[in-house]
Amino acid sequence: MIDSLITIAYLVAAALFIFGLKRLSSPRTARAGNRMAAVGMLVAVVAALFEEQILNPVELIAGLALGGAIGLLLARRTKMTSMPELVAAFNGFGGAASAFVAAAEVMRFAGGEEEIIPFTPILALTIALSVLIGAVTFSGSFVAFGKLNGKVKSMGFPGLRVISILVGLGVIGAAAIMVQQAEVFPVEIEMTTTALLALAGLALVLGIFLVLPIGGADMPVVVALLNSYSGLAAAATGFVLQNYALIVSGALVGASGLILTMIMCDAMNRSLLNVLLGGFGAEATKASAKSGDEEERPVRQTSPDDAAVLMSYAGSVIIVPGYGLAVAQAQHEVREMADLLQKEGVEVRYAIHPVAGRMPGHMNVLLAEANVSYDLLVEMDDINADFPSTDVVLVVGANDVVNPAARTDEDSPIYGMPILNVDEAENVIVLKRSMNTGYAGVQNELFFNPKTSMLFGDAKDSVSGIISELKELQTA
Amino acid sequence: MDISLIVVFVLASFVGIEVISKVPATLHTPLMSGSNAISGITIVGALVVVGAIGSPWAKWIGFAALVFATINVVGGFLVTDRMLEMFKKKEAPAVPTNGQAK
Repeated sequence: MIDSLITIAYLVAAALFIFGLKRLSSPRTARAGNRMAAVGMLVAVVAALFEEQILNPVELIAGLALGGAIGLLLARRTKMTSMPELVAAFNGFGGAASAFVAAAEVMRFAGGEEEIIPFTPILALTIALSVLIGAVTFSGSFVAFGKLNGKVKSMGFPGLRVISILVGLGVIGAAAIMVQQAEVFPVEIEMTTTALLALAGLALVLGIFLVLPIGGADMPVVVALLNSYSGLAAAATGFVLQNYALIVSGALVGASGLILTMIMCDAMNRSLLNVLLGGFGAEATKASAKSGDEEERPVRQTSPDDAAVLMSYAGSVIIVPGYGLAVAQAQHEVREMADLLQKEGVEVRYAIHPVAGRMPGHMNVLLAEANVSYDLLVEMDDINADFPSTDVVLVVGANDVVNPAARTDEDSPIYGMPILNVDEAENVIVLKRSMNTGYAGVQNELFFNPKTSMLFGDAKDSVSGIISELKELQTA
Repeated sequence: MDISLIVVFVLASFVGIEVISKVPATLHTPLMSGSNAISGITIVGALVVVGAIGSPWAKWIGFAALVFATINVVGGFLVTDRMLEMFKKKEAPAVPTNGQAK
């Protein structure tokens, strides 16, 4: 009886997750949706407490309190600009937790409980799979975390791929030993635990090697993919425990991460395989060597004052934010500038490229933090038709996503990538630190376009300069 | 292993794809942190493991799992809530604009 009630509680939890995610389809209902999912989690936790007799109440309460306190602190203290790092870290924690739970199942047999559940080859295989996915998610997420906050540099070395394959073979070997051991009766637990530890160690190394060579601008893909892995890890653990709640929730998250990964890849016109192998860097060197002789061409420069005047007399302005906005933390200044322009009767909107920033939706969160109304943030496909009728486009720290070479230059490594067609607007102002190339290592034709003027310097300082000039214009 | 577990996994994946495809790009970051919190469902496994296991090794591994999973769940839902709170639709400014309000 109590077993059926627990199963029903897990079903309720899973249903709440699905309804919660469904409400994320609109910013109006999203917050309620998230709370719904949180309630679902509470239901699942309460059900779990009834599932088995609790032998270690002290450890249980201590674990919940410690984890809860750390989670609370991280959620409260982390700045919005550091959201990609935080999500990466949370992915890692989730992966680690799943791997640990599966590993503890093996230890359970070490504790002499093997008579209760038979340690079958299939159980051994699911445990191996669960530990593998969980450990790869854990180490991969923390490499991603390091890269996102700039502490770890992208690197690859010759033979990395070969070593990764060898490590992968080692993982398969360790899993094979576990499965083979499970067929022996009685189970030799020493051998199984040793194989499990080896598998976990190799999987951790594999996670590091998988993420290390991936370039900085590919981070949105990596974070989304690790998100998917953290779900799959939970689902794999669900198979180990034969628990429907874990399987359903894990599948939901796995699907979510996979969809985001696909959206990110499409937005860069690259295959997932291409991103994972880090093939972009190699092509880029070839292309930048080709464009080397073009560096000397003149560009038109402008000042904050001129930019302010140009925009205040415009009918419509579109702001294109990129990673540079996040680095300079200029989102509040940009919003203040937009407010001043709107007061002048200028129509201001924001064009958001899917891969702008370091994770899916990064720019939207930053601008939301700065109190920008979400209906002013327009997706690429919806705003591209409006550029020809736009007076001024202000590009804030974006580069490759506005490079017309993606449309015109078949030799360019970014050729075919969908971009924001800002070059179709009347005027383009580009806020940029220097003439350095973007991540793809290609020079941007847009900067040499006669319609374009460059405003060099830190984005925050430049926008502040525009703001003070706008204020002077308005008081005058 | 029970084959019905695989059936459930596959069907849930389809539900996930259907539901998540409807999430607009604006909410992709909260979607990631929120779905990440849901993947903290491993907390259920961790609770069962910590609560039930006698052997000291398994207990400490379970304890680590519980701490990590709780960070994931509590932190994930709270930070998602904090983000979603910021997503607001502002009233159009009092000064008439060139058709800015849709």
